[in-house]
Amino acid sequence: MVSLHTVVIGVIGADVHAVGNKIIEHVLKEHGFNVVNIGVLSSQEDFISAAIETDADAILISSLYGHGEMDCKYMKENCVEAGLSHVKLYVGGNIVVGKQDFKDVEQRFKKMGFDRVYPPGSDIEEAARQLKEDLEQ
Amino acid sequence: MSVHLLVDFGSTYTKLTAVDMKKERIVGTSRAMTTVKTDVLEGFNQALEKLEKAHPRMGEITTVSACSSAAGGLKMAAIGLVEELTAEAAKRACLGAGALVEHVFSHHLGKKEIKQLKQADIDIILLAGGTDGGNQECILHNARKLAEAKLDVPIIVAGNKDAADEIDAVLSEKNIEYYIVDNVMPKLKQLQVEAAKKVIRRIFINKIIEGKGIKKAEEKTGEIIMPTPEAVLNAAELLSKGHEDMEGFGDLIVIDVGGATTDVHTIGQGVPKRAEVILKGLQEPFAKRTVEGDLGVRHSANALVSLVSEYEFQKYYENGEDERADEEMIEDAVKRRQEEVDYLPDSDEEKAFDQALARICADYSMSRHVGQVEVVYTPLGNMYYQTGKDLTEIEYVIGTGGVLINAEDPKGILEEVQHKSDKKLELRPRDAEYLIDELYIMAAMGLLAQKAPRLALKLLKRHLK
Repeated sequence: MVSLHTVVIGVIGADVHAVGNKIIEHVLKEHGFNVVNIGVLSSQEDFISAAIETDADAILISSLYGHGEMDCKYMKENCVEAGLSHVKLYVGGNIVVGKQDFKDVEQRFKKMGFDRVYPPGSDIEEAARQLKEDLEQ
Repeated sequence: MSVHLLVDFGSTYTKLTAVDMKKERIVGTSRAMTTVKTDVLEGFNQALEKLEKAHPRMGEITTVSACSSAAGGLKMAAIGLVEELTAEAAKRACLGAGALVEHVFSHHLGKKEIKQLKQADIDIILLAGGTDGGNQECILHNARKLAEAKLDVPIIVAGNKDAADEIDAVLSEKNIEYYIVDNVMPKLKQLQVEAAKKVIRRIFINKIIEGKGIKKAEEKTGEIIMPTPEAVLNAAELLSKGHEDMEGFGDLIVIDVGGATTDVHTIGQGVPKRAEVILKGLQEPFAKRTVEGDLGVRHSANALVSLVSEYEFQKYYENGEDERADEEMIEDAVKRRQEEVDYLPDSDEEKAFDQALARICADYSMSRHVGQVEVVYTPLGNMYYQTGKDLTEIEYVIGTGGVLINAEDPKGILEEVQHKSDKKLELRPRDAEYLIDELYIMAAMGLLAQKAPRLALKLLKRHLK
């Protein structure tokens, strides 16, 4: 039996951008993931609780409204605290304030404990393939 | 004539309601003290005698059905993984089945929790954890701990289905009574409690009744078919939904202020009424029951009064010209009620005090039951989170239970549940009609509904005033 990888997706913070969230759900399902979508306006605790109950392999955080960096602060630490240190953490979207060099942004988020960081306009198909690779390693 | 007798073995009173099935009316009601300690039939026979005396031409009783909350009712422990998710789902399943939830545990059980379970006087344990296909490790751990603990308590397993076979193996080895049923939370935030509720009721009928000394009543009454709170919830649901072509009342609240606890039942989806409101948290049950163990006008009077300051207490206390209740008077009145739980107020002052206590119960139990909104300031404007049920558009609030029915001003107590300017974020009823279960028949009608739902609905509609 092929066991599906479970991923928790959602939009963090006071962010209500729902369209991209639905597209991500659709594409990941097409790629054979078991998707648990907690939707918009989700807190770190919502992501973590969902990942615990569903025994998720990865958490994918989206953010479009520019405050993602604040919202994601200590996410990794909180995951470790909740016994989720093995769970892959991805983040993507318009995750910082203003226009910044993406290399810097990527580095900052990696330092915060994220495994992969995606800039605005990333191809979700590509991310799905990378996620599969990461999880099958 | 054929009379159907409905019996409610309550913690204090055994209550009878006789229904004439042909003429479709209530012949009469009666009550006597519940006698669990000696022989539960003593109280039953006394009540029956009273009923027959008052209605000598009542006719022959052809059928009987009964519910019970005597001898402490049904006590349960709920165990889950995440507190707000599967532990909460398990708790709601217990409450919906009419149980009192003595303990709620989340994550891995340790020695401390097992000890608490051993010491508590619990009838059934409900073990949940993990969505289907989700976490198995925690529920397996907890099943092993429960198996090792050798508690003489039936266990209902309603967690991740992937772990069922292994749990089956663990529990079957130890000669434990257990039942494996559908997950109470099969998908994230999705609540599915029917299967668990069914087994709870079956265990209640087959075993618990016997342990509490109520089984003997079955010689006279036939099977005791459910815990009383479940009967009340059934009646509320029937009244809300209607039956076939007979229309119901729509969304409603039933509130029962008691000596030890206050029960609140709501029937309705309670979904957000506005587009900018986003629903958060675990799915709400359509028929939802909550029980507040610290809100009651006798056994819990002390706990209740300690919730409000002396200043706040005055808001609930109204006694003619002598408007204030001073600290000493409050203390005395509380003491009297806790020491003598069947105390009946004998002066205007005491009556006003009881009224105040009941109003606090209604107000606080509603605060805890009802959904709340929280404002989120987003770059796109204000949005709102809603947790729990939106009851703003509820049409009827129904009061039942001895305290409310016998109160001087029962509607004054019920009005405490409505929208308040100092509790703006609570989604309380705004424009409801208030009804009282004057004959005290909600539980009886919930029982009758099993057999004759149309008649039960008709009688409820006729007698709630």
